[in-house]
Amino acid sequence: MNQIDSASRAETSLSLPPPFLRWFADKGWQPRAHQLELLSRAQGGESMLLIAPTGAGKTLAGFLPSLVSLTERGKIPPGSAFTGIHTLYISPLKALAVDIERNLMKPVGEMGLPVRIENRTGDTPQAKRQRQKLNPPDILLTTPEQVALLLANGEAERFFKDLKYVVLDELHSLVTSKRGHLLSLGLARLRKLAPGLQAIGLSATVADPMDLQRWLSAQKAGENNHAGLITVTGGARPQISILRTEEHVPWAGHSAAYAIGDIYRAIGETKTTLLFVNTRSQAERVFQELWTINDDNLPIALHHGSLDVAQRRRVEAAMAENRLRAVVATSTLDLGIDWGDVDMVIHVGAPKGASRLAQRIGRANHRMDEPSRAILVPANRFEVMECQAALDANYIGAQDTPPVGKGALDVLAQHVLGMACAAPFDPLALYTEITSASPYADLTWEAFERVVDFVATGGYALRSYERYAKIRKTKEGLWRVSNPLIVQQYRLNVGTIIESPMLNVRMVRRNARGALGRGGMPLGKVEEYFLEMLSPGDTFLFSGKVLRFEGIRENECLVSQGYTLDPKVPSYAGGKFPLTTYLAQQVRKMLADPARHASLPDQVRDWLSLQKDLSMLPKEDELLIETFPRGSRHYMVIYAFEGRLAHQTLGMLLTRRLDRAGLKPLGFVATDYSLGVWGLEDLGAAFRNKRPSLAHLFDEDMLGDDLEAWLNESFLLKRTFRSCAVIAGLIDQRHPGKEKSGRQVTVSADLIYDVLRSHEPDHILLEATRNDASTGLLEIERLGDMLSRIKGHITHRPLTQISPLAVPVMLEIGREAVGGDAQDFLLAEAADELFGEVVATVPRVS
Amino acid sequence: MHRIAHAIAALPDNPALSARTVINGVAAICDPLGGLYLPDFDILVVSDLHLEKGSAFARRGMLLPPYDTLATLRILDAVICRHNPKTVISLGDNFHDRVGSALMPEVFRQMIETMARGREWIWINGNHDPDGTVGLPGASADELYYAGLVFRHEPAKDASAGEIAGHLHPAATVTRREKRVRRACFATDGRRLIMPAFGVTTGGLDLRHKAMHGLFERQSLVAHMLGRDRIYSVKFANLVG
Repeated sequence: MNQIDSASRAETSLSLPPPFLRWFADKGWQPRAHQLELLSRAQGGESMLLIAPTGAGKTLAGFLPSLVSLTERGKIPPGSAFTGIHTLYISPLKALAVDIERNLMKPVGEMGLPVRIENRTGDTPQAKRQRQKLNPPDILLTTPEQVALLLANGEAERFFKDLKYVVLDELHSLVTSKRGHLLSLGLARLRKLAPGLQAIGLSATVADPMDLQRWLSAQKAGENNHAGLITVTGGARPQISILRTEEHVPWAGHSAAYAIGDIYRAIGETKTTLLFVNTRSQAERVFQELWTINDDNLPIALHHGSLDVAQRRRVEAAMAENRLRAVVATSTLDLGIDWGDVDMVIHVGAPKGASRLAQRIGRANHRMDEPSRAILVPANRFEVMECQAALDANYIGAQDTPPVGKGALDVLAQHVLGMACAAPFDPLALYTEITSASPYADLTWEAFERVVDFVATGGYALRSYERYAKIRKTKEGLWRVSNPLIVQQYRLNVGTIIESPMLNVRMVRRNARGALGRGGMPLGKVEEYFLEMLSPGDTFLFSGKVLRFEGIRENECLVSQGYTLDPKVPSYAGGKFPLTTYLAQQVRKMLADPARHASLPDQVRDWLSLQKDLSMLPKEDELLIETFPRGSRHYMVIYAFEGRLAHQTLGMLLTRRLDRAGLKPLGFVATDYSLGVWGLEDLGAAFRNKRPSLAHLFDEDMLGDDLEAWLNESFLLKRTFRSCAVIAGLIDQRHPGKEKSGRQVTVSADLIYDVLRSHEPDHILLEATRNDASTGLLEIERLGDMLSRIKGHITHRPLTQISPLAVPVMLEIGREAVGGDAQDFLLAEAADELFGEVVATVPRVS
Repeated sequence: MHRIAHAIAALPDNPALSARTVINGVAAICDPLGGLYLPDFDILVVSDLHLEKGSAFARRGMLLPPYDTLATLRILDAVICRHNPKTVISLGDNFHDRVGSALMPEVFRQMIETMARGREWIWINGNHDPDGTVGLPGASADELYYAGLVFRHEPAKDASAGEIAGHLHPAATVTRREKRVRRACFATDGRRLIMPAFGVTTGGLDLRHKAMHGLFERQSLVAHMLGRDRIYSVKFANLVG
C-alpha cells in the first residue's frame, strides 16, 4: 500500500515542506498516494471528495492541505491585523471533534508546526468561546450547530474572511439528514464570506459519489459544478461469517437470545470484541444476558446514546486503553472514532443495509492492511437470509446509502432567521446564495418568499401578526430582525436534532423513614412515553441494571435497585432502520433461487423447501400473496420485502380499500419482509371472484386520494409536525428564561397542528410536514416503485392453512396483542403450535 | 381534532351522548364538547377558553396560528346552540393574557355578542385574566354563589360542597390493549367538579398529578372523558397515570 513510484516521490518533495518529510522519515512511513494526490489537487484550487475505507489515513489526508498551507504561512507575528480562522473542521459528533483534536495534535506537535488547533462544541465554556472570537485559532474543530451559531453572529464576516479550507468529516452520514441541509446552507454562506474557500469532504463509500461532489461545490443553473473525487479502494477483504449454531433459530423476534452462549464463547476467544446491535433495548437485553452467563468475569461494557455522558466516557477510555474484552453498542459507535485494538465485530440482528454493515465491520482492526473479522448473528430465520444477502453484497462492494434528498423547508426557515440575525439581508442575494447549496438548488423563488413570510409573521393567510413580526423589511428593502430578543431566541433553538421528550434517570435510595432521598447517581435518559407506561414498583432494564421505577420528580425519573429476573425492557423510538431497497432485492433474489439456498443453515433451508412444497417461492419480480383462514378469521400475507415502514403505509392503505370493498379488515401487522392483513370475510374467495381483483387492490392509484385521506387522520403526521415546528422556529424548544419541558412542547404542537390543519391546510409548515413524512416515515416513493414493479406480476396462492413463510409475520400478530414478558413465553408456545399445523399437512416431511 | 370537527358537525337537533351527574344535589350534564349544563337552572358552564392564546404567544415572539380563537368560539357556539341556556358562565382564563380581550379582533367580538344575545353572560376572572374583560357583553366577577353552588376559577383547597371550578385542565388516561388514550375530562366526586379546559390549544394535566391531590374523595371520583361524540365515564381506580 505504501509503495509509491518515483514520479510521485518527486511530487512528494515538491509539495511537502521539510518538517513533513522529516516526520514521515522518522516514523519510517511513506505518505500514501491518495494523501499526496489530495494535497496537490487542493493546492491546484479544487474542492475535493475523498472516499476511503476506515484506517486509510483519511483524517491526515483531509488536513494535509491546511497544515502545509499554514506551515508555509508561518506564525502570525504579534501585533498583526486581525486574522480569522484558516481551516474549519466539521464533524457530526462532538466526541469526534474531541478525538480528532487529540489525533491531530500529535503529528502537529511532533513536526513542530506553527499551528494552533482548538475545538468548539456545545460543551466549550463561554470564556473560551469569547476568546476564540477575539483571537481565533488557525484550525477550529466543531459541529454543524456551532457553525450555524457562528454564522448567525454579527462578527461572522470578520471571523471567516480568511477561511481557506472547510474539512467535512463523515460527510456520508451528515448529508442525508436535516443537519446536512442546514450545513449545506452554512457552507453556502461561508463561500460568500470567503470566496476562495475550498471544501474537502471525507466519506466512507457511498452509492452515488456525485451527490456528495455537488454538495461540496457551489451550484449554479446550467453549470455542472462539483468537487474532484479521489477513491481509495482495497484494504484487506473482511472475513465475515454467519454464526453457525446448534441452537434452534427462532421464527420471529429480535432478541437473538438463542445465540448468547455462542456469542460469549466468541468473546472469550478474541482480545477485544465490538458487539453491535440495532436498538438500545436490544443492547440492554444482550448485555444483561451476557453477564448472566459471564462465569469468567470478562470485562464486558455497555455503550449507547441514552446513557449518561460520564459513563460513556469511562467506557470509551477503558476501550482505548484496551482494558475491555467486549462492548455492547448501538450506532453511537458507528462513526470513525478510534477504539483501540478491536479484533472482532459481532453484529447481532440483521444489518438492514449493506453499506451500514461495511461501515460497522470497518471498526475492527483500524488498520487498512489487515482484514477485519466479523460474525453476523441473525435473530430469526428471515434475518439469516438477510445476513447472507448482506454478506454477499459486502463481498461485491455493493452500496445502498440513501440519496442526499431535497432540502427541507423548516430547515430553510431556521437558516433565514439566522441570516437575519447576522445582518440585514437582501432577499434576492440570499436566494441566490441559498440555491447555490445543492439540496436547495431547485428551490423556487415563490417557495423562498413563502419561507421568508413564514419567518416574518408566521405566513398565515389571516394576516394578523404584522405588528408582532420577527423580521421586517427596511425602507432599503432589506430584511432585519425586529428586536434583540429574537436573536436570543434563535440562538437557544438552533439545530435540527429534535429528540423525543426524555427524562433523566437517577438512582436513589430510601431513607430510614422510607422516603426517597435526594441526589444519587445519574444513569442516563429514557423517553418519557416509555416511563408513562410504568407504575411505581415496575422494573425495567437500563444502563445494564435492573431498576425499580419509584416515580417522577420534576424532570427526573427516580429509580432504585431492582431485584427481579424478568424486568420490562425499555423500548425506544429511535434506532430501528428499515431494510434498504438494495438488500431487500438481494433477499428476494436469494429466495427465488433454490441453488443459493445451499449456503443457508439446514433449519432455514428446510423451512424454504417446505414453503416450496406447501405454497410456493416467489420469483424475484413476483409479488406473492397468500390467503388462508385461521380460527374465525381470514388472513392475507403479502411478501413485498420493502421494509417495515413501507409495509406499514401499504397496510394502512390496503385496509382502507378492503374496508370499502366490504371485506371488513380488522388489522394488519408489518415486518421488514412481509405484511399480514386479517379480517372477517373470506379474502381468498373475494380475490378469486375479482371483488376486488388483486390488480385493482394494488393499483398505484392508492397513492392518490387514499393516501391523502389517510395522511390527514394519521397521528404520524403530528409527530413529524412537532419536529418541523420546532426546527422552523414556530415552537421554541427553549424560550429565553423559561425552559419548556418536552411534554409541554408535544401537547401544544399536537393542538396547534389540529388548529392549523382545520383552518389553513395549505400552510407551508404543513407542506414541510407532508414532505418529511412521505420520504422518511412512510417511504411512499419506495412503495410507489414497488407498486409499479409488481404490476402484472401478482400471484395469489389461496391456501387452506398457514404457510411456513407466513409464520414469522403471524407471530408478530401475537406479539402485538400481548405485552410484557409473557410475550416470549407465549411466542414460544404459539410458534410450536403453528409449526405443528404446517407439518401436519405433509406426513412425508415429518 | 375530534372536538373541532365535531363542533362543526354538531347541530342543535343532533344530541351527543352526554353524561349525567349530580354536584351537591344539583343535576348536571357533561357535554362532550366540553360544557357543563345545569338543566334545573338553565345554566351552561365553560372554563378556560384561553381565547387569543395564539396572539398572546405572537406578542412574545412565537407566531402560533391565529386561528385558535375562531376554533374555540365555533365550538362554544355549537354547545350554546345545543343547550340554548338562559345563562352562560365562563369560569376564568377566558383570555390567555390580560390584554387579550382588549386587543381581540372585532370579528371575534361580534361572534361573542351574537352568542350572548338574549342571555345572561358571566365572566369569572382567572389567573391569566384577573382584570376582567374589556368591551364584551356580560358581567365580570371573581366568584359567583348560586343555587347552592359556587363558581370560581381556581379550586379552593378547603372549599365547601358544591364548588365548580376550572384552572387545572384535568385529563385522564386509560389503557387498553397496551394502547394509552388520554383525554380532557370533567372530574367530580359528587361534592365538587373541575371543568375540562375548553380552549382548543389548551393542554391537560393528569388527574393523578400532585396538583390534584386532596381535591377529591378518590373513592367516588369519576372522570367524564371527552370522546369524539360522547362522554366516557371512568372511575378513578380504573385510570392509569
